[in-house]
Amino acid sequence: MLTKRIIPCLDVTAGRVVKGTSFTQLRDAGDPVELAGFYDIEDADELVFLDITASSDGRDTMVDVVRRVAEQVFIPFTVGGGIREVADMRLMLEAGADKVSVNTAAVLNPDLITDGAKKFGSQCIVLAIDVKHKESGEDWEVLTYGGRQSTGIDAVEWAQKGVELGAGEILLTSWDADGQKTGYDIDLTCTISESVSVPLIASGGAGTLEHLYDALTEGKADAVLAASIFHFKTYSIRAVKEYLQGRGIPIRL
Amino acid sequence: MIAIIDYGAGNLRSVVNAIARVGYKAMVTSDAKEILGADVVILPGVGAARDTMDSLVELGIDKAIHQVVASGRPFLAICIGLQVLFSATEEEGWHECLGIVPGTVKRLPEGRKIPHMGWNQLEQKIKHPIFDGIPDNMNFYFVHSYHGVPEDKSVIAATTDYGISICAMIIKDNVVATQFHPEKSGEYGLKMYANYFKMALGDKG
Repeated sequence: MLTKRIIPCLDVTAGRVVKGTSFTQLRDAGDPVELAGFYDIEDADELVFLDITASSDGRDTMVDVVRRVAEQVFIPFTVGGGIREVADMRLMLEAGADKVSVNTAAVLNPDLITDGAKKFGSQCIVLAIDVKHKESGEDWEVLTYGGRQSTGIDAVEWAQKGVELGAGEILLTSWDADGQKTGYDIDLTCTISESVSVPLIASGGAGTLEHLYDALTEGKADAVLAASIFHFKTYSIRAVKEYLQGRGIPIRL
Repeated sequence: MIAIIDYGAGNLRSVVNAIARVGYKAMVTSDAKEILGADVVILPGVGAARDTMDSLVELGIDKAIHQVVASGRPFLAICIGLQVLFSATEEEGWHECLGIVPGTVKRLPEGRKIPHMGWNQLEQKIKHPIFDGIPDNMNFYFVHSYHGVPEDKSVIAATTDYGISICAMIIKDNVVATQFHPEKSGEYGLKMYANYFKMALGDKG
């Protein structure tokens, strides 16, 4: 039976992992290669590296990080942040990443998904979607630029379109829930998961073990991504996995 | 020498890295002569079987693969590499493949998430030195939307359960093929590579 995946997310800038309590308070959290190795030993199922640098120097540094991680960590990993064209994808994949995630650039230019999928296969292309509740109504809309820009695009429609265009997986982040530690948006997660044929990674809002359990059961997510509960060592990956296995979720341990 | 066939799909680095980790050196090549001169040949794979097959034919590597397989030299195929060994694939219509393993590659049936993506248990169907030190039902990393269905079931060395039983590994004479990615399957994936090269190269490595 396919196991549910537990995925820590690492924010990288200038070759270091940072953790923040808000956008402005970033603290150094260590060497990405060492941290990746640590999560690997703890039985993380995959890793996501988010490049939060904007400069081109930063890009070269990120490629170097990807290369060093690939030499030492033999589990799948995704690189996201600043992937704007097929050339960016190629750079990361050739350095050793298994998948790339696209977000704002795909909203601005949906062909990017198709072009990437044609070139490298759908399994390589993760569509990251940031959403929040619409101010009126029950639906959700897509946000871009790291949650700063509303688009008016319906989240369900965009997820379905993204899959049609060739995305092999959806990484769904609720901006209403993100950082709140009050749990994943279960209604949203379940709605999107049931409206697409590809696997869905739930993100945003994890605070307790129960939250992860809920996302994987009621939320129908295939994987859960979390950052702060792992970085701040609220829970170890192993503790999360033992808990979930104890509650009957298929888990790799 | 270990030759990894490069047909332009990119992302061969993880295979190179895994081989390096278990103590061997591999070269990446798309040159038929180098492929024919190697002690072990690896056909890795990501992407689409149809494109892979087209690239192999375009580069003239399909013939080299047939020669290597016929010569009895160790040949390892991974993921899409396994799929193109079959007679044909249903991917994007109907496309002829290498025909080394009689059978067809079919799309995973609806009613589940596709691709089949993540860690799933490898059920060993035969006793073989490639499984040395790897307990039955350990998790390996899969990512695929199509699966190979061999006519001769005796070539199936391992399966995995995704609502249906999927052929996860084929061993046929000098050919070993995996639908999963050993280079992304952590400790046991590396162990499988180590077992494989020990078998394939003996003292030559």
